[in-house]
Amino acid sequence: MASITTSASFAPTPRSSWLTRLSHFGVSGWVGLAIVVFWASAAIFGPALLSRTGAAGGGAVFAPISAAHWLGTDYLGRDMLARVIEGARYTVGVAFLATLLASGVGTVLALFAAASNRWIDGGLSRTLDTLTAIPSKMFALLMVAGFGSSIPMLVITAAIIYMPGAYRFARALAVNVNALDYVTVARTRGERTLYVMLYEILPNIAGPMLADLGLRFVYVVLLLAALSFLGLGVQPPAADWGSLVRENIGALADAGASVIAPSAAIASLTIAVNLVIDNLPGRVARERGAR
Amino acid sequence: MGSPVVVDNLTVRAGGATLVDALSFTIRPGEVLALIGESGSGKTTTALALMGYARRGCRITSGSVRIDDVDVLSLAPRQLRALRGRTVAYVAQSAAASFDPSRTILDQVVEPACLHGTLPRGEAELKAIALFRELALPEPETIGQRYPHQVSGGQLQRLMAAMALITDPAVVILDEPTTALDVTTQVEVLRAFRRVIRERQVTGVYVSHDLAVVAQMADHILVLRDGRMRELAATEPILVAPQNEYTKSLLAAARPAPRVVAEAPDTDVLLRVRGLSAGYGPRTRQGTASTMILEDIDLELKRGQSIGVIGESGSGKTTLARVVAGLLAPCSGTVEFDGRPVKPTLEQRTREELRRIQIVFQSADTALNPSHTIERILARPLQFYKGLQGDALRARIDELLDLVKLPRNLAQRLPGGLSGGQKQRVNLARALAAEPDLILCDEVTSALDTVVAAAVLDLMADLRRALGVSYLFISHDLHTVRAVCDEIVVMRHGRKLAQVARADYERGPHHPYYEELARAVPELRRGWLDELDRRASAVAA
Repeated sequence: MASITTSASFAPTPRSSWLTRLSHFGVSGWVGLAIVVFWASAAIFGPALLSRTGAAGGGAVFAPISAAHWLGTDYLGRDMLARVIEGARYTVGVAFLATLLASGVGTVLALFAAASNRWIDGGLSRTLDTLTAIPSKMFALLMVAGFGSSIPMLVITAAIIYMPGAYRFARALAVNVNALDYVTVARTRGERTLYVMLYEILPNIAGPMLADLGLRFVYVVLLLAALSFLGLGVQPPAADWGSLVRENIGALADAGASVIAPSAAIASLTIAVNLVIDNLPGRVARERGAR
Repeated sequence: MGSPVVVDNLTVRAGGATLVDALSFTIRPGEVLALIGESGSGKTTTALALMGYARRGCRITSGSVRIDDVDVLSLAPRQLRALRGRTVAYVAQSAAASFDPSRTILDQVVEPACLHGTLPRGEAELKAIALFRELALPEPETIGQRYPHQVSGGQLQRLMAAMALITDPAVVILDEPTTALDVTTQVEVLRAFRRVIRERQVTGVYVSHDLAVVAQMADHILVLRDGRMRELAATEPILVAPQNEYTKSLLAAARPAPRVVAEAPDTDVLLRVRGLSAGYGPRTRQGTASTMILEDIDLELKRGQSIGVIGESGSGKTTLARVVAGLLAPCSGTVEFDGRPVKPTLEQRTREELRRIQIVFQSADTALNPSHTIERILARPLQFYKGLQGDALRARIDELLDLVKLPRNLAQRLPGGLSGGQKQRVNLARALAAEPDLILCDEVTSALDTVVAAAVLDLMADLRRALGVSYLFISHDLHTVRAVCDEIVVMRHGRKLAQVARADYERGPHHPYYEELARAVPELRRGWLDELDRRASAVAA
């Protein structure tokens, strides 16, 4: 693989290309990016900055917003701001890992299927189609029933559920690219399948795959929230945003901050990620071209 | 009877760029004006402006277009809609892309008449059938019942002309109507077009980059470059005594002179193909494919020689190249390279064998990876076959760019930033990087303008002289093949019909199909098509 690493030296420097990419962002893109960065830093640094942890309870139950409790308190009198920020770790972290796994594995398998012969392609596609046929919540229930609920388990479950979708999408793109003359030229040169996959096909499907990655992130967040709402996700006392909504469902009748805050957090993250996707440079360029 | 068209000071802009710059010309009623130039010269933009239409992002900024007494550019959108398809009709380059695949042909051909209310549906259908007959379409009564994919490209192009003529327009705009067709089909379509245009005395605008075609169709020729008029004169004077330098270069490119390469006497045979059959689809028990493309091909190519393979689309010429390159395993027969039989598939061939045969594809747009820089595209074969690195690699890339006459600073660009001709040069340079013995050239100049194509042919002849490479040159254009090849192999329906050596190009008698192909190439003089017609009718009588 030595030859592959040397050819990588001709790639443009990553820093400059990222700067030019960001300069294409519209206002909505920047707003989305700011919210995503906010939640990411909340997940990483938030708990360290808080004056109290979400574990400390004992105050008034379902207290309204006040100077002491910026987002009120939950059904056990714990500080809601601390709970939401600690929950960000689970929601953002688990969803991020699961999405990376799903899209990464899906893309690699898709590239392999597209660049290989039709037997491998057919075998892989049918196997993953079978996975798609299982309802996602049902599958998650089975996994939790079989292996118990833990963070690694959740990541793997969500990754398996969303991998076939990423595979389908990437394969559809890769098959088209694979039929182009430059791939044929690479093959007549005697290139191996791995080179064709990574250097001829992947760069030309990366744009749409990134957009798909963002979309998949949103799905995973929603799946995790749904699982936690059912009590199958993150287990108490730890809580992701979905569990926070379920725990504090009692405050719904009073429109309490303790149920609204985690719901708003889920909504803001998913919308923000979509805003970023919509402003990805490849997509903006395509729409400009179409206009 | 057609209407006069007067264009005065027409200017079209897109953003900061001027696409058409202060163009003025007049077409007398019933005459045909040809707009000629390379791609990007603004000829289609001008033609569209005659209908008061500017493509997205373009704006007609000044000037006037008068058809009869109507100032087209000052019309309201409603009036423009009444004008288009009624007074001015347009025949686009790709009829296949212009027909709706889900509706029958007749349904679409009568549409302009129904839309503009010139004829009731029943009469329009009768008129369409009359037009089909006039355009020499087969089975005029029933061809309209078919769907667009059920007729050939040449027929579809004529059907589109029928659609344009059904409202009896005063002006017809033909935008490269035969560019996508084979030579033999092109002749039929040109004949049909010319007859209807003459009989109806409509005013015509014929957009093309092919001077020889234009010479048969037009009364006047307007030469465009970069949106400016270079020359405007009657057809005869332009062909005989062009005034403008650019017109002269167009004329020179349209008559490709043979690029003679002193042939090395009796070198050894580099490529020998014997009894080759190949096809696509699952194999039957007898070892033949379900769809056979090539049958029993024999071919011999000597070292340093250049052989042209010609035939219309579907004749199997590209499949031949794919078999030699190892992309398709033959069903029977052998391919010998440099005295040794080569393995049928890519996987079985050694890297050294692969290096010695390189393939160059027709469309440089799809042959270069759009996300790799030129440097990286050229570097890969050098690293792959020779293991070059660092300074040696960079030096070799510079050499290659010099060899194909491209500036060295192009190396950092992506293919998207190059012109068609430049891309095709990079395409060639990549093949040369492997230092092959044989280059398979699949229609390498078909997608290029005449002038650019001529430059690429020159380059290929130079390279052959300098490096001693051999070419298997696949094309449907007899002119190009004659210009660069020592021998011509004529193929039809997957069989080799004839092989003609350079010395015998002008001497007959040849295989009738070769004669037919040779006759079908438009000659750069007026009246060529008339002579062809006369000869055809003499044979018929």
